[in-house]
Amino acid sequence: MTAALRIFFFGGITSYRALFHWLTPWILIPTFIVEPIFQVLFFAFVGRDAGVGDDSFYLIGNAVQFAAIPCLFAMGNTIGNERYTQTLGLLLASPARRLPLFLGRALPVIINGFCVSLVVLVLGALVLRVHIPAEAWVPIVGVLVVTSFSCTGLGLATAALALRVRETAVLSNIIIGILIVFCGVNVPLSALPAWMSTISYVLPLTHGIEAARDLAGGASWSAVTGLVATEALIGVVYAALGMAMLFALEVESRRHASLELA
Amino acid sequence: MKILRLVAVGWWLQLKNRSRSSFDGLLSILYPLFFATTIFFLYRQNGDEAALVSAAVGASLMGVWSAVSTSASTTLQGERRQGTLELLVAAPTPFSLVILPATVSMATIGLWSFIVTLLWGRFAFGIPISFDQPLVFVIAAVVMTFSLGLVGFLQAMASVRYRAAWALGTLFEFPVWLVCGFLVPLSSLPDWVTPIAYLLPPTWGVSAVRAAAFGGSPWRDIALCLATGAIYAAIGVALSRRLVDSARGNATLALT
Repeated sequence: MTAALRIFFFGGITSYRALFHWLTPWILIPTFIVEPIFQVLFFAFVGRDAGVGDDSFYLIGNAVQFAAIPCLFAMGNTIGNERYTQTLGLLLASPARRLPLFLGRALPVIINGFCVSLVVLVLGALVLRVHIPAEAWVPIVGVLVVTSFSCTGLGLATAALALRVRETAVLSNIIIGILIVFCGVNVPLSALPAWMSTISYVLPLTHGIEAARDLAGGASWSAVTGLVATEALIGVVYAALGMAMLFALEVESRRHASLELA
Repeated sequence: MKILRLVAVGWWLQLKNRSRSSFDGLLSILYPLFFATTIFFLYRQNGDEAALVSAAVGASLMGVWSAVSTSASTTLQGERRQGTLELLVAAPTPFSLVILPATVSMATIGLWSFIVTLLWGRFAFGIPISFDQPLVFVIAAVVMTFSLGLVGFLQAMASVRYRAAWALGTLFEFPVWLVCGFLVPLSSLPDWVTPIAYLLPPTWGVSAVRAAAFGGSPWRDIALCLATGAIYAAIGVALSRRLVDSARGNATLALT
């Protein structure tokens, strides 16, 4: 138990530090703050030009979506970077239990995704002068935590695929693109074709964004608990799927000696 | 003549090299397509067909900048990782003339995204695409692409001493899309943005392409796009001399 907790916490934090070894403030601020703010501004101004939606719609959609970006990229890179530094084989040859090993890597990533999302929401609201009721902030923070978790669940599945493909960043980019189009980030689900909105309901983000928009619009926490619970459930399903894929692909990579060939 | 040949051969070589990876090629088309799809859905909501057609042209051009913004910042890091940066710096050919074709080739790859996005808008969204001056439209698009390659060249040169320059490269994608009028007219942005936009070649390039597509005279904008691009290239050349000299002097080229 102690060993599992140690792997979970210390392994997770060590992996996170290694993942962001290149991160200095002058890179962190542009990457995690300035670029997301410009994405919010871009879509807010495009929305104004198109005469569709208001600033609040684009601010919340994009801010919540930024929970997904660090979660997906970081989880994919935790595996991809191990291969790059030629430690993936050593990691998988170790006797460490896989559940705490991989879930431990997810925890700092969830916190990272949550922080980025929250900072973008606060700064975006200030820049665009979007008023979010004071009583809505705490529930929105809760929604951001749950959404970061669900996106990390999807990130675990991406990380598993990284055992088979080399270009994890490319894979994450494509998944992010799908989330942006399908999950109601900038386009209401009602404006999407029926088959797209149907798919969106099994993707992370969709319910989180809807809950955050409802809260900002004055809804109470009890009114959005169904959405939040669905978002959490989706996260659990993706996390379970991701873990199952990690186990299966690890076994397959041992059997076919394909770990370094990917 | 020798310089022109060097640039042309370098551009063709880099273009072939960058076209080798179908995976990268697919991404360079797919990634801007996700944003374009969002934009098509967005503009389709209010039923204004003229706005939708205009957005289709702007969204298609966005892919050209996407192809340059991040890749240009990683150009030198890529050479460094392959162990060829020192060889390029040590070669008798001016360093800038080796890197310039690389960034122009990145922008050229972006032309694929431009074409595919236009076709995507036409066939997936039924957006009527017809251009007022088709030939001039092509000329404006090519000039803009070349000019974006020159901007990418400056970006690449500015990042010669930074290992994590790729992270900064991604920073410029949205600001340029926003400020240069790819979708949102400059008149809709705060007044203080306009002088900044005028200093950026894509502003003139987008304006020229729009004029060629929807009527108007694009030649002044084409000339300004080329001129501002040339200024960026000149700054890039000056910077390359200074930064490479500094990297040699301090033995920091490898950044190890």
